[in-house]
Amino acid sequence: MRLSTKIMAGLGVLTLAATAAGCGKPASSGDSGGSGSSSSKSISACMVLDTGGVDDHSFNQASWAGLQAASKANSSIKSSYVSSNSQNDYTPNLTTETNKGCDTVIAVGGLMSDAVKKVAKANPKQHYAEIDSSSSGSNVYGLQYNTAQGGFLGGYLAAGMSKTGTVATYGGLNIPPVTIYMDGFWEGVQYYNKQKNKSVKVLGWDETKPKAGTFAQSFTDQNKGKAITQAFEQQGADVVFPVAGGTGLGSGAAAEASGGKLMLIWVDTDGCESASQYCKYFLSSVTKGLTKSTQEYAEAAAKGSFPSGNYVGTLKNGGTGLAPYHDWESKIPSDLQSEIKQVASGIEDGSITITSQSQPTS
Amino acid sequence: MSATQTDPTTADPTPAAGPRLKRPTRSSDLLVTALAVVVALVIGGVLIALADQRTRSAAGYFFQWPFDTFTYGAEAAWHGYVALFQGAIFNPRTAANGTLVGYLGPLSETLTNATPLILGGLSVGLAFRAGLFNIGGQGQIVLGAIFGGYVGFAWDLPPVLHLLVAVLAAALGGALWGGLVGWLKARTGAHEVITTIMLNYVATALLAYLLSVKWFQAPPFGQAISRPVDKSAQLPPLLGSTMRVHAGLILALLAAWAVWWLLERSVLGFRLKAVGANQFASRTAGMDVGRSIIVVMVVAGALAGLAGACQAVGTNTQITQDIDAGIGFDAITVALLGRAKPGGIVWAGLLFGALHAGGVQLQSVTGTPIDLVQVIQSLIVLFIAAPAVVRAIFRIKASGAGVGQALAKGWNG
Repeated sequence: MRLSTKIMAGLGVLTLAATAAGCGKPASSGDSGGSGSSSSKSISACMVLDTGGVDDHSFNQASWAGLQAASKANSSIKSSYVSSNSQNDYTPNLTTETNKGCDTVIAVGGLMSDAVKKVAKANPKQHYAEIDSSSSGSNVYGLQYNTAQGGFLGGYLAAGMSKTGTVATYGGLNIPPVTIYMDGFWEGVQYYNKQKNKSVKVLGWDETKPKAGTFAQSFTDQNKGKAITQAFEQQGADVVFPVAGGTGLGSGAAAEASGGKLMLIWVDTDGCESASQYCKYFLSSVTKGLTKSTQEYAEAAAKGSFPSGNYVGTLKNGGTGLAPYHDWESKIPSDLQSEIKQVASGIEDGSITITSQSQPTS
Repeated sequence: MSATQTDPTTADPTPAAGPRLKRPTRSSDLLVTALAVVVALVIGGVLIALADQRTRSAAGYFFQWPFDTFTYGAEAAWHGYVALFQGAIFNPRTAANGTLVGYLGPLSETLTNATPLILGGLSVGLAFRAGLFNIGGQGQIVLGAIFGGYVGFAWDLPPVLHLLVAVLAAALGGALWGGLVGWLKARTGAHEVITTIMLNYVATALLAYLLSVKWFQAPPFGQAISRPVDKSAQLPPLLGSTMRVHAGLILALLAAWAVWWLLERSVLGFRLKAVGANQFASRTAGMDVGRSIIVVMVVAGALAGLAGACQAVGTNTQITQDIDAGIGFDAITVALLGRAKPGGIVWAGLLFGALHAGGVQLQSVTGTPIDLVQVIQSLIVLFIAAPAVVRAIFRIKASGAGVGQALAKGWNG
C-alpha cells in the first residue's frame, strides 16, 4: 500500500517533468472525428527497419520518410514502423507485423532478404516489399538502386571541375552498397579522361583494386572524415566525394577549413537539404531514391495494385542521379553541364556501359 | 501493484545457525531477486506510460483534469504488458487461427531468444565463480559464429556429422578466444576485463573483414552477409519448420547441467571455486592458480562459442556484422540475475528471452520502442546488484551482501 502511494507520487513527478508546463486543454470529448477519411478503404503499410534506428541519417530514415510522405499525400495510408536491434529480430518483426494485419510489410535493408523470403513463403497471401534486395517470391516486390549511374555523373562532374587534376573519394566501410558509388565515381573520371584526353587522378578508390580503397570504418566518426579529407587535400585533391553517411560531415568541416579551395559532392540525399550548413561546398549530390520509390510503392498499394517483381532505380526513372547544383549553378561551366546531360542520356540508352560488379542485376 | 502482499517477516528467516560460512540465506536471496523484477516492471510500466502519446498529451492539462493522465497512463502500461505477455507466452489472437504455431509461436520465440542467453550466461557465470569477469562474450560469440558458420557453409560432410563438427568448431573458436585471455592473465597478469574488451574489438573487426572477402561473403556480393549455412549443418527445429525454436535449446540445457556438475561435483570445479574465493589461499594450498585460470577461460569461451553456434547455425543461417546481437553483454546480466548458478542462469535466460520476445510484440502493437525491454532488464540487474535499495523499499532486514561482492572480486583478482 505504501508502495503504491510512492509509485503514484513518482508517476506524478515524472509526468510533470515530462510536460514542463501543464497549461493545455483537455481534448474535446468528440475525439476530433477520426481524421475524416471515412468512406475510402484505408490500408496499413508497416515498415520493418534494419538496425541503426529510424533516425540513422541513412536508409532507415530515408525509407521511413517515403512512407510518411505517402501517408501525408493519401490519408488512407496508415503507416507504422518497428525497428530491429539485431539480425535476430528480422524474422520475429516480419512475422509480428504480418500477424498484426498489415496490408503490406516493407522490409528495409538487403540483409534481411533471407528472413523475408522465408516469411513471405509462409504467408503467400501477404504482400511484401524489400528495399535493397531483389524480389524473392511472387508476393515480394524488390527495390534496388543502381547508384553506380549517379556516381558516374558525379565522377564526370568532379573531373570537369578539378583544377589540380586530382579528385578523391572514400567510403564508410568496404561493402558493396558503399563501393558501388565509388565504382561509378571512378568510372566517371576514367570516362572523362578518355573523352578529353586528360589524366585526372582518383585518390581513395580504384575499381580494379577493390581491396585497397580508403575507408573510415565508420558512418558516424566526423573527425575521421575530416582527417581523411585533409590528407587527400595535401595530396592535391580539390574535389572529394565522401560515401560514408555522417562521417562525411567531417569533409564539410575540412572544406570550411580550406577556405573554399575544396569542393565536395554529397551522397544519398541532396546535401543542401540534409547537411545544409555545408551547402556552399557541395557541387551536387549523388542521390539514391529511397524516399521517392518507397512513397510510390505505398501509393500504388493504396490504389489496390500491389506492384510485383523488381524495381531498379536508375537515371531514367529517377531512382538515382545528381541533385541540383544549388549555389554552383552559375559557377559550373554550361559546357560541362550539357556534357553531363549527354553522359546521362548515354547511360540511359546504353551507349555508355558501366562495369561495376556491384550493380544490381535483373 | 500487489507486491507488498508478501509479508516481510515470513521472508526473513533467522540466519542459519552454527559457525558456518556467513552467507545470505537462500530464500531472502530469491525474494530480493523476485522483488527486483517486480520493481523494474513497475518502473517499466511508468516508462511505457510516458512513451504513450495519449498520456503525454493528457499530461498537458494535468492540473485541470489529472485523472486522464493516470487512466491513460495505466491503460498504456496495461496494454504494454498485455502485449509483452502475448509476444512471450500466449497470444489469443494468433491462437484463434487454430494452428500449432498460433498456440506455441510465442513460447517458441521465448525459447529461441533464451537459448544463446543461457549459454552466454553460463560462460559469464562460470568465470564469475572462478573470480574472473568475462566481458568478452561478444568476441567469443563472434569467433564461435565464424568458426561454426564457416564449417557450416564451406565443408561438405554427411548430415549428422556436419552439424556436430560445426558445433564443435564453434566451441573451439570461442575456446581459443577465451583461452587467449586466460593465458595472458596467467602468464603476464594482464587483467581479463581489459583483454576481453580489446579482443571484442578484434573479433568484430575480423568479422567485418571476412564479410568483404569472396570466400566468406554470399554471392552476388551485394551485401555484407556470409554464405548461407548448409541444411545439414543447421540445428534442427524442435517444433517443425514454422517455429524457430531449435535443438540449440537442448544443447543449452545440457550445458547448464554440465556446468552444474563441473562446479558442484568435480575436483576441477572445487579448485576453480577455491581460486575464485581466494587466489592466495589456493596458491598456498598448492593449487596451480594459473592453470585454473586458463582452464576456466577455455571452458567459458567454449560456452560462449556454443552461443555463437546457436546464432550462426540455429536462429540465423547467415552471419552479419551483428551476429552477436548484444548477447555477449546481455549474458552478463543473465549471469548476475542467475547469481552465477547454472539453475538460476537457466531461469534468468528464460526471463530475458521472454522479455525480448514480448518486446517485439510490444513494439509492433503499442509502438513502444523495443529499447524499453533493455531498460527493464538493466533495472532488474541494477536492483539485484544493489539489494539494499530493494530491501529499503520493502523494509526487508539485511542478511548479507548481494551478488555485487562476487563482482568486486573480479576486479581485485
